[in-house]
Amino acid sequence: MDTPKGAALIEILSRHRDALLTEWLDQHLSIALRRGLTTEAEMREQFRSFLNVFTDALQRSDILDANRPEWEPVRAFLAEMSAHRARQGYTPVETATFVFSLKQPLYVRLRTELDDDPAALSEVSWNVNLLLDSLGLFTTEVFQRSRESIIARQQEELLELSTPVVQLWEGILALPLIGTLDSARTQVVMESLLQKIVETGAGIAIIDITGVPTVDTLVAQHLLKTVAAARLMGADCIISGIRPQIAQTIVHLGVDLTNVTTKSTLADAFTVALQRTGSSVLTPSATA
Amino acid sequence: MERIPILRMGNCLIVAIQVDMHDRLAIALQDDLTERIVKDKAKGVLIDISALDVVDSFIGRMISNTAAMATVLDAETVVVGMQPSVAITLVELGLTLSGVSTALNVEKGMALLQQRRR
Repeated sequence: MDTPKGAALIEILSRHRDALLTEWLDQHLSIALRRGLTTEAEMREQFRSFLNVFTDALQRSDILDANRPEWEPVRAFLAEMSAHRARQGYTPVETATFVFSLKQPLYVRLRTELDDDPAALSEVSWNVNLLLDSLGLFTTEVFQRSRESIIARQQEELLELSTPVVQLWEGILALPLIGTLDSARTQVVMESLLQKIVETGAGIAIIDITGVPTVDTLVAQHLLKTVAAARLMGADCIISGIRPQIAQTIVHLGVDLTNVTTKSTLADAFTVALQRTGSSVLTPSATA
Repeated sequence: MERIPILRMGNCLIVAIQVDMHDRLAIALQDDLTERIVKDKAKGVLIDISALDVVDSFIGRMISNTAAMATVLDAETVVVGMQPSVAITLVELGLTLSGVSTALNVEKGMALLQQRRR
């Protein structure tokens, strides 16, 4: 039974190609154009290529199953389109509609062609329906996956952006921490701090936690690890920017910070750091 | 057997570990160093580990113990030139070398020793 329905489909597809294209485009274009994301020409080109790949796959495979290797080119085409749309900011529904909107024009053709044979009509319709559904679902899946990879990449970028190590003075580094400290971030923070210590030969590092919203035992442990690692490299750490609430939490949690110099503001920490390095800042009026 | 050289400079001893540390070498170093400290009446020991880019918990403990032994023999010990990756590993292993002074490089380590002994 497989051969006839595949052949019928190919015939319909190739005979009514242009009409199908136009109708399909009409259905789909309204959505895409409204959001100003694409042009009609681009859209038409996309549909045409999809129809080409689709017909090719039909000719090679008699079985309408999108999971078979013969359908690989179709899946690849859809995957690329879907990923592209995810980047452009389409919604999942709009992306899936690309495939689903082929249904109506195709069914109209099928009905006119196979009008005299209801059994064949329902058979073909059912198979086409299954095929297009699985292709549509595949599009959505790829779309979702591309979105996830975009999110993952953004997270990574955010991680790098949020851990700058700056040199305040000869031999003094500052590490302003913003946001929650988790294990992954601590690792990045630690690495960039130690690397900077090697590069600049700094003897003092000020870790400013003004931007850290909460300090729990885990965050405190991460801070202490960073301090310990810096000390192993021969640099002293000062922790600054400890807000009153955080001071309370630290004591309530029983975190031992006695081995670390702590200051309430970055300015205080900087003053201490200057003293330790033997430098001082004088205002002009004082020198005069 | 392979040995790590110990150099004397004034009343300081300098140990530069330039090869991959393995367990037997570390134990031999401990023997040699303690003996030299007593023999040379050294007041300071500088251990340069800048060429070491892999440590395990045993080597970490050996460094820590060697430094502690030197301190018991009344010699200030400074560990210098630790690589960032080594520092991170030691911290993750829970070895923070708490009794040991550290410095970024040999120059700063020497300065630290001079300053301490004054």
